[in-house]
Amino acid sequence: MSEIKIRIRGLKKYFGAKKVLDGIDLDIETGTGMVVIGGSGTGKSVLLKSILGLVTPDAGSIEIDGVDVLKAPRGQARELRQQIGMLFQNGALFDSLPVWENVAFGLLAQKKVSRAKARDVAVEILAQVGLGVDVAGLSPSELSGGMQKRVGLARAIAARPAIMFFDEPTTGLDPIMGAVIDELIVDCVKKLGSTSIAITHDMASAQRIGDKAAMLYEGRISWSGPAAELLTTPDTVVDQFTHGRAHGPIKMALRK
Amino acid sequence: MKVLDAVAWLGAAVLGAVEYVGELGMFTVSGISHVFRPPYYPRQIGRAFMEIGYFSLPVVALTALFTGMVLALQSYTGFSRFGAESAIASVVVLSVTRELGPVLAGLMVSGRAGAAMAAELGTMRVTDQIDALSTLSTDPMKYLVAPRLLAGIIALPLLVLLADILGVMGGYLVGVYKLGFSSGGYLTSTFSNLQAQDVISGLIKAAVFGFLIALMGCFNGYRSRGGAQGVGSATTSAVVAASVLILALDYVLTQVLFAK
Ligand SMILES: Nc1ncnc2c1ncn2[C@@H]1O[C@H](COP(=O)(O)OP(=O)(O)OP(=O)(O)O)[C@@H](O)[C@H]1O
Ligand SMILES: [Mg+2]
Repeated sequence: MSEIKIRIRGLKKYFGAKKVLDGIDLDIETGTGMVVIGGSGTGKSVLLKSILGLVTPDAGSIEIDGVDVLKAPRGQARELRQQIGMLFQNGALFDSLPVWENVAFGLLAQKKVSRAKARDVAVEILAQVGLGVDVAGLSPSELSGGMQKRVGLARAIAARPAIMFFDEPTTGLDPIMGAVIDELIVDCVKKLGSTSIAITHDMASAQRIGDKAAMLYEGRISWSGPAAELLTTPDTVVDQFTHGRAHGPIKMALRK
Repeated sequence: MKVLDAVAWLGAAVLGAVEYVGELGMFTVSGISHVFRPPYYPRQIGRAFMEIGYFSLPVVALTALFTGMVLALQSYTGFSRFGAESAIASVVVLSVTRELGPVLAGLMVSGRAGAAMAAELGTMRVTDQIDALSTLSTDPMKYLVAPRLLAGIIALPLLVLLADILGVMGGYLVGVYKLGFSSGGYLTSTFSNLQAQDVISGLIKAAVFGFLIALMGCFNGYRSRGGAQGVGSATTSAVVAASVLILALDYVLTQVLFAK
């Protein structure tokens, strides 16, 4: 029985009258990869941002290493959250800084590397995500969308965080690069023993990077289980979603 | 029904205003407190200083020069009606150092740098860059806001000092080359009436205005929502709010600084 790194109970977040998260319960075991799937706009990004403290939930608890970060003193909560590296859905690269400074940003902020060495370190990490030295000096706006995503990934994993969040890591990448990034994510997570949560719409990717999977539907986790069962589970919501069927419970829910 | 609608609308407007002021108050306190607590980001301070100070040099310089020239010309046509031409030099130097230097420089810089700040921070907000900062062990208030506040407080007095000099020079050029004053005479009457307090009060105003410009730029950018349109309206709000506050506070500061 492994221990729980992140434990979420009864998490609620409403935007006005819109109940985006309406009682999320989710456990993520240390050293495992959790994949969260769900339709567009169901609150997957909001869920990650709540754990990160970027969105303030209306109710519920979020425990990291057994401490509720919503109730803990600010300094302690910040420290717990500092173990999280985040790849944002749109990359969120700092466009006033060159690529290498983006990648080394967290390392410089935590003084884990000197300014003089930062560029070399960044180039090394960039190589891991398949980007060459020539990219290091460019501005993020000079990169393609897929390259930006990879720089975002490099930035998220640079500090070798104990927890990694990936918001749609392979969206916008070609299939081969998608597979490479998946492998890299698995590598990082396994090698560092990190715990990860990944959001994805890509079922092949979900099965590669996830040990467990959870379906976010109507503000709750409607199904969770081993990622390998995503395509075979009898759960009608998951079945419709993973097979991309036009008809099923999800469409019905939207119609009423 | 109509009356109720109006009341509801009024209530919402008042609540909105109260909320805005409350948010602004908290943002101001937090921003100032971060100016005084490490870590500091010298590069960010330098960058903000360049943006507010250095790149505003041309526009502030030209504004001050022409203002001095117009002042001299305008007061000549007015004062010559009652033979008070000799007061022109004093009018120019006192108006520029006490009022026009700080106010005009403030308005110009708010249009330039305040707008740019709101647009930059607004874009960073809507593209999650501000959120990304806090996931990388960096407090956005410290990294983005505090350096700009500090740069505003330092840069604007320096700009105004330059504006003072160029404003007087503009008046001198018109006075000597167009209105026929002697060079020595113009300078003598410029400095004979000028007191340190005139210049210093202008510089104090400038520091306050610089703070206001950076504050409104950062605040409106920081809280902007909803894509390109949100960033656009944040930029407009930043300039409008800073300009109105500059003019209003100018009155208050004049009252305080020259209270006899
Ligand atoms: N700051 C906010 N203010 C108001 N509503 C918000 C805010 N952030 C998110 N929402 C709403 O919350 C809902 C969930 O958004 P979220 O970004 O989490 O979706 P998602 O599941 O990540 O979708 P996608 O797969 O398209 O990225 C959306 O309906 C969105 O409109
Ligand atoms: Mg999302």
